[in-house]
Parts: sequence; structure tokens; C-alpha cells
Amino acid sequence: MNRFSRVVLLTVLTFALIAAFSFPAASFAQDDTPGKLQEVIDRGVLNCGVNGQLPGFAALNPDTNVMEGFDADFCRAVAAAIFGEATEDNVNFVQLTAQERFTAVQTGQVDVLFRNTTATFSRDTELGLDFGPTTFYDGQGLMVRADAGVTSIDDLNGASICSLTGTTTELNITEAMESRGLEYELVPFEQSSETIAAFEEGRCDVLTSDRSQLAGLRSNAADPGSMVMLDDVISKEPLGPAYLAGDAQWGDVVNWTVYATIQAEEFGITSENVSEFLSSDNDSILRFLGQGDSATGSLVGLDNDFVVNVITSVGNYGEMFARNVGPDSDLGLARGQNALWTDGGLMYSPPWR
Amino acid sequence: MAEPTPSRLTPSAHAPVPFWRDIRVIQIFLQIVFVVLVVAFFYLLINNLVTGLERSNLPIDFGILTRPFGTQISEGQMDFNPGKSSNLQALWAGLQNTLRVVSVGLIGATILGILVGVGRLATNALIRSVSSVYIEIFRNTPLLVQLYFIYRGMRLVLPETLRDSIQLPGSVYLNRRAVNFPLVQGTDTVWILWIALAVGLAVGIGLWVWRLRVQERTGQPANVLYWFIPSVLVTGLVGWLLSGGPLDVQTPELQGFNFSGGDRLSAEYLALTIGLILYTAAFIADIVRAGIQAVQYGQIEAARAQGLTQAQTLRLIVLPQALRLIIPPLGNQYLNLAKNSSLGIAIGFFDTYNIANVIANQTGQSVTLFASMMAIYLTMSLVISLVMNLVNYFMRLRER
Repeated sequence: MNRFSRVVLLTVLTFALIAAFSFPAASFAQDDTPGKLQEVIDRGVLNCGVNGQLPGFAALNPDTNVMEGFDADFCRAVAAAIFGEATEDNVNFVQLTAQERFTAVQTGQVDVLFRNTTATFSRDTELGLDFGPTTFYDGQGLMVRADAGVTSIDDLNGASICSLTGTTTELNITEAMESRGLEYELVPFEQSSETIAAFEEGRCDVLTSDRSQLAGLRSNAADPGSMVMLDDVISKEPLGPAYLAGDAQWGDVVNWTVYATIQAEEFGITSENVSEFLSSDNDSILRFLGQGDSATGSLVGLDNDFVVNVITSVGNYGEMFARNVGPDSDLGLARGQNALWTDGGLMYSPPWR
Repeated sequence: MAEPTPSRLTPSAHAPVPFWRDIRVIQIFLQIVFVVLVVAFFYLLINNLVTGLERSNLPIDFGILTRPFGTQISEGQMDFNPGKSSNLQALWAGLQNTLRVVSVGLIGATILGILVGVGRLATNALIRSVSSVYIEIFRNTPLLVQLYFIYRGMRLVLPETLRDSIQLPGSVYLNRRAVNFPLVQGTDTVWILWIALAVGLAVGIGLWVWRLRVQERTGQPANVLYWFIPSVLVTGLVGWLLSGGPLDVQTPELQGFNFSGGDRLSAEYLALTIGLILYTAAFIADIVRAGIQAVQYGQIEAARAQGLTQAQTLRLIVLPQALRLIIPPLGNQYLNLAKNSSLGIAIGFFDTYNIANVIANQTGQSVTLFASMMAIYLTMSLVISLVMNLVNYFMRLRER
């Protein structure tokens, strides 16, 4: 090495050293990053976290290779609100296990999570997440074999129970069995497909999960008639969207997209008849649909008539429910608590005013 | 010229090299610069992580380890109290389960690996080809696939209801959930048996040493086991009679949904342990084969010429020399086995990784838990490495 190159090397190293120390700490995590909404618009794709293995909520249709289900449709609703329509290209469904889901939101791998996720106090406060409005009111149930001769949770002393690891269901079943002083064995799996297989093949006496999930898993089983759900509901599970806390605008986009589907059902607006309502003489409907002078969508940074786009793409809440999980679907769930508040249920949108 | 030009090879005292051109100074300086750069780089990364997490309201907090765990751990430690036990105790229970798998796995894989490795070189064509097929299949397919295969396969083959369990002699019941077997516990007088056995062992070792001396002096075959085994058996029997039945056996009985009494090994534990043994043994077999083949053939010929049988040649001449070559790569396989045990999560086994994941999910402290997990697995690997290095040190060729 000649003298010149040695001097050059030393100079470079010295500058690198100075640069390393004068580098502002945490320079990768900038404060002035644009909001999530702008980020999604620039990207042109909404990354939406879903289950992917749960019929009725989010499962890949093997014939068409399309993600189908209630949660998947809410992903499409958000995409329609942002981009004007939901296409195959502007929604990227990211399949997540129960364990991966929160990390995926925290790291920004997904923009929003529609994955049968229960809103709880500790998740809201500790995980750095915010929860949107509940899209499905659920409760944890227990499924047993029809020939087991079991009618209630109190008959389950000594039972083996299969569950999904990293979920609230594990905590609830532990509490339910401990408080009754029952002996039990918990077998935790990472994939819901593994839990149902273990149950079908006789590894466990009981499969526990949210009742809607149990219905979905049963609908896919080889012999659905051989399984019965107990009447016991051991928890309340409000399932809804989750997203990273700290971006109020993005939260508004997700929340009011969900509310839009509920409000549309209340107004009787469906994907079929939405165009008729555009010239309605009801002011509150016009305001809801962003028609005329009303500034609806622009208040959250979206098109003024984003509600129209959402309803045209996926329909109102009732349509989504009927199509994916309702009485005519494979799951055959009744509306129950998920009926509109006007019908005695819990689905309620704040006023669009 | 009065003053001679200083030689390039011998630096003259009259013209000292300035320190910025002194090769020793430059070397030291560059090393310091390098260390500073490395430290600064990692400081930057960690600082960025911590700041980023704080900004997302997720500060790193090891305090969560003392909070209650909340979920039942049905594997291994049966006195785990889900409501009261802390996350740290849950991790400890998980580590115990991991160690139960790893310790049995290491022993099983070593024994099977040596058998198959020797079998691969057998003169019997059947043994040789069975060993080769086994090695090729298990070495060339992913462990995760094998685990699913074994676990699901066990479920499909074994009886579904507990009532139909396969009953083996000695009250052992096999079904899709577990192997239930009698639990043997010592009674109050069991200490007499232990003392008797200790005495027997000491006498046996004494006899062993004495026989070896006789062999060295006279050349008679030592036959150490003919002396060792009876001495332990006799004292054991005496101790048993003195204590008046020192062991209490609980056999499993079917009650309601499950067996009560006795002990059990869950299907998940069995599948994971068997899977790890089969997978690792295939690699160990190849290492053993390579080690044996590396022993010069002349040694074997010489042993035969001395009149040693085939088994004696293997035991006394080939294996001791092969062992030296086998040990370092064997340590690598042990490390792989220990780390691969984390795949148990796929088949529902409550090991360290599974439990750490549950805690991370309940608390959102992924970084904290992954750091703890790295520390746990690193410690385990380092202990295995240390032991293997010690073995290697004592087995090395001593040059005289």
C-alpha cells in the first residue's frame, strides 16, 4: 500500500467515524413520516391481515383462488373506501397465525387486521394497537363429539382440550376450568387446521374457540353431524379491526368504513339499489352518501362519496353477513346479537352528521 | 559524503520514522477505529430499536416476566398453577420440557446413530441396505415434515378411545393421547435400598479394578462384568429384603375422560422426541461411518492377525480410534438437535419456544421474549459445546 492510498484510507475511516457518532439516534424512525392513509394511497395496495384458514371469515376458495369471507370483505370495504373500488390488485391478503398477527401490525407488515381478533383492555393498552368498531359479537364455545354424552362444561372433568395458542380462548378456558375445579389437559396448536384435525382424530375430547370459528371449522369437517356445540358460552368476544395506535386519520378511515356498512343497512341501502338513493330526497341519506354539497369523505381524506364505493363493492353489513356466515351459507349462523339495534341486536352506527 | 545513507532495512537512530508512518502505530490505530465503528453500528441499531418501540408505546420491559401466565401448561410439571404462576415460572416449565426432550433425544440419537452407522458398513447386505435407505430418507427430508408425519401417523394408527387402548404387559396403555404407565415411587424405607446399591457399586468397581490388575499380571481374560453385575445384584437384593418392599407402584386406571394414577408421556412429547431421534441419528450414522472408514485398514488386518474376533476388533481397535474423529462433528449434531426441539410448537408441544410465544402474544413484548429465548437457547448450546469440548480434550491423541 503506497503512501497516498494509506492517507486516503485513513481519511475515509476518520470521516466514517465522525459520521457514525454525529448520526442522529433513531434516524430510521422519522417523526415526519406521512400518515398511513397517504402511505397506502402511494403504495396502491392495502395490506390486510386475515386468518386465511377459517371458512366464512377468511379462507382461500380452492377453485377460484380468491380469499372469501366476512373478514376478507371488510378488507375489500376499506380498499374500496380508499381506492374507489376493491380489485384483486389493490387488496393484498396477508395470512397470519394468531401468534403472528400483532407483531405484523406493530411492524407495519399489515395496515389493518381483520382476523377474528377480540378487543381487550390489555391488547388496546399494551400492544400499541387501537381497535375499531366490533364487526362481529361472538362468545367462546365448546365443541364435543356427539357420542360423548356431554351436555355442559361441568361434565368435562379430566377432558383433553384443543385450543389455538396465543389467543384469549386459552386464557378463558383455563379460567373456566380452574374456577369449576375441574381437571383437564390443554393441547395448544399454532394452526386452526391442526386444532380441528386433532379434534377429529380423537386427540382431544373438546375443541374450544369462538363459536363462529367452531361453526366455520365444523362446516369444513368430513362429518359435521358428529360434532355438537355445547350451550355454554364462557366469554364475550367482540371481534373487530385492529391497527397501529397513534394515527387518528387512519383509525377514522377504518372505523367509518365499518360504520358505513352498518348505517347502509339501517337506511336499507344495498349494493343493488345504491344508485337509486343518490337522488334521494332525504338529506341525511344524501349526507351519508356524500352527495351534493355535503363534505363526507373529504373530512377523513377520502373521496366524498366513499360510502357509495364501499356499498357498491361489498354491500351493506346485512349483505356481507348473509353472504358469508348467515343462515343460507355453510356456517348457518343466525344474526342474534349481530342484528341491527333497530332489530334488537348490537349493531349500531354513530350518526353521520 | 561523510554521513552514510540510512539503510532501508535497518532504521537509523538519526532519522526516526514519524509516528504517523510507523506501521505499528497505524495497525493499532486501525484496530481501534474498527472496534469503535462496530460498537457505534450496534449502538445505532439498538438505540433505533428502543426509540422506535417507545414511539409505538411498546417500551422494552422485562418486568412482564413476573406477571401471572394465565394458561394451563399440561405438559411435564403438573403442579403448575395457571392463576398464580408467573411468566418466568412458565418459561422455566417450558425449559424443563425442552430439556426432557433434548436429554432423551441426545441419548437415543447417539445409540441409534452408532448402530446404523456400523450397520452401514456391515457385511450383511440386508443390514447394510436397510441402514442406507434409512439414512437417505431421514437425512434428505425436512424435519418439520417428518414431525407432522410421525404425529399424525401416530394418531391414525393408535386407538381413538381410551377404553380401546392397546394394553401392554405391566399396565402400560397406548392410545392417541398418551402412553400411560405405572408410576414407581419410593416408600419411607427406600433409603436402605439406595445405600445397599451404593455399597454394591463400590464393591463392583473394586472387583473390576482387581480383575484388570490380574489380567495385566497373568494375561487371563478379565471378564470384569462376570464379577461386577453379580455384586450389584446381590447387594441390591439384600437391600430390597431389608427395607421390606421399598417401592410403591401406582397403576393407571381409566376414570371418566382420562386415566388416573400412574404417569404419562403425551403424544406430543413422544412424537417430538422420536422425530428428533430419527432425524439426528441419520446424520450421526454418517459421521460414525466416516469415522470408522478413516481408521486405517491395516489396523483391522493386524487385529484379525492377532486373533481378535470381529466384535472385539470393532470394540477394542476401531471404535476408540474412530471416536476421536467422530466427536467434533457429533457436537454439531447435538447442537442441531437441541435447537430443532423448538419445532415442537408445530405439533402442540409446550416447550420453551411455544411458551415464550404465548407470553409475547399476551403481553406484546416480542423483543423482550425473543431476547430471553435467545439467551436460553444460547446457554443450552454453550453448555453442550462445553461438554463436547471437554470430551474432545480428554479423548485427544496424547503424544508421548
